[in-house]
Amino acid sequence: MAKVHVVHYLNQFFGGLGGEEKADLGPQWFDGPKGPGQLLQTLAPDIEIVGTVTAGDNYMAENTDAAVDEVVGLIEKNAGAEIDLLLAGPAFNAGRYGMACGAVCQAVQERLEKPAITALYPENPAVDIYRKAVTIVRAGSDVMGMRDAVGGMVAVAKKLVEEQAIDPATDGTISRGLRQNTFAESTGAQRAIDMLMRKLRGDAFETEYAMPVFSRVPPAPPVKDLSSATVALVTSGGIVPRGNPDRIESASASKYGEYSLKGLERLTPESHQTVHGGYDPTYANQDPNRVLPLDVMRDLEREGRIGRLADTYFATVGNATSVERAEQFGREIAGKLINFGALAVILTST
Amino acid sequence: MERAGLPTAHICSIIPISKTVGANRIVPSVAIPHPLGDPAKTPEQEKAIRRRLVETALKALETDISEQQVFEVGPD
Repeated sequence: MAKVHVVHYLNQFFGGLGGEEKADLGPQWFDGPKGPGQLLQTLAPDIEIVGTVTAGDNYMAENTDAAVDEVVGLIEKNAGAEIDLLLAGPAFNAGRYGMACGAVCQAVQERLEKPAITALYPENPAVDIYRKAVTIVRAGSDVMGMRDAVGGMVAVAKKLVEEQAIDPATDGTISRGLRQNTFAESTGAQRAIDMLMRKLRGDAFETEYAMPVFSRVPPAPPVKDLSSATVALVTSGGIVPRGNPDRIESASASKYGEYSLKGLERLTPESHQTVHGGYDPTYANQDPNRVLPLDVMRDLEREGRIGRLADTYFATVGNATSVERAEQFGREIAGKLINFGALAVILTST
Repeated sequence: MERAGLPTAHICSIIPISKTVGANRIVPSVAIPHPLGDPAKTPEQEKAIRRRLVETALKALETDISEQQVFEVGPD
C-alpha cells in the first residue's frame, strides 16, 4: 500500500521540550517525528510522520477549546490536506494529556474529516468522555507500555486508512459502543435461553449488550447552616508538612496523610510544601494556601461564616492514582471525618 | 465522601474530570498549579480571589441538589 501520511500530537514531555516547567507552552509545529513518533516509524516503515504538534499539558487543559483551535490551525497550515490520519499520544493514565489527546482527535475528525487515534489506559478519565467519538487503543498505565501501545496504534491506523471495520475484541481498542451487523447461527431467543442456562449453571457467559458503567453518587443532603457546623479540608494536591513525614509518593500514591491545623493561621513555605509530581510545584511551594486555603478558612471561622474548621486535614497526591485506590482513600477519610464531627468538606484538586 | 453523607465541594481546574469521577458539587478554580490563587496578582487580590472561591464552595455545601452541579464563582 502507499505510504500513510500522519501528523502526531504529543505533550511537552513526550515532545522533548521539558517537564512541568514547560506545561504552559502553546502548540508548536515540528517537521517529522519526535519521541514516540520515532519508535512508531521504526515499527511501521510504511507510515510517514510528516510533522509533530506539541503543546503543554496545562495550556491545553486550561483553555481547551481555544487551544484545540490552535492545534488544528497548525495542522491545516503545515500539512494541509496531505494527511491521511492523526495520531495522538499514547497518553497512558495521564489525565491532562489524555483529555488533550481526546479533544485534538475529535476536532481533527470533525473539522479536517480525517480519522484520528489515541491510546489511553482504560481508567484514564478521558476514556469516558471521548470513547464514543474517538478510536482509543488500550494502553498500559505508564510509559512501560509504550511499545505495545504504539504497536496497537499502528495496526489500527492501517485498518482505519483502508476503511476496514475495527473490532474492539480483536483490535485491542476500547469499545465505542457502535453496533455492527453480523450473522448469528441461532436466533436471539435461542441465544438468550442459552445464556440464561449458562448463568443458572454458574458457567461463564458474555452479554451481547453491555450496560455502561458510570460513576454516579447520589448527592449528599446540604448543611443548611454552616455557621454552627465543622467544615473539613481535604486535598489531592499533595500539600503536606515540610519534609513529607509520611513519604506520600509524588505519583500513584499508595496512602494519604492526616495532619493537624491546630494553632495555624495560614500555611507558609516553611511549614508546608507540595509533593505532587504532576504539576509545577513553584506556586504551591511559594504559598501553600493557593492549594489548601487555610488562611481564608480561618477568616471565615473568625467571622462566624462557618462554625469551626476541623483540626485535621487530609492530603494525598492525585496523580495517576487508580480509581480503586482513590475510592478506598475516600471511604476511609469519610469515616474519620464523621468521627471528628465534620458535617461538610471542601476538597481541592490541582 | 458524598456517598458517606458528607456534602463535599470539589474546587478543581478540570471540570470534565471532576464530572467523570462523580463529584456532585463542583467549583471551577483558577489554574492547575495554583487552583486557589494567582501569582500574577498582589497578595491582597489573590486572597480575595481565594475567598470568593471558598465562599462559592460554602454556598454549594448549603445548596440542595438532585444531580451534579457546577457552581460558578460570581463576579467581584
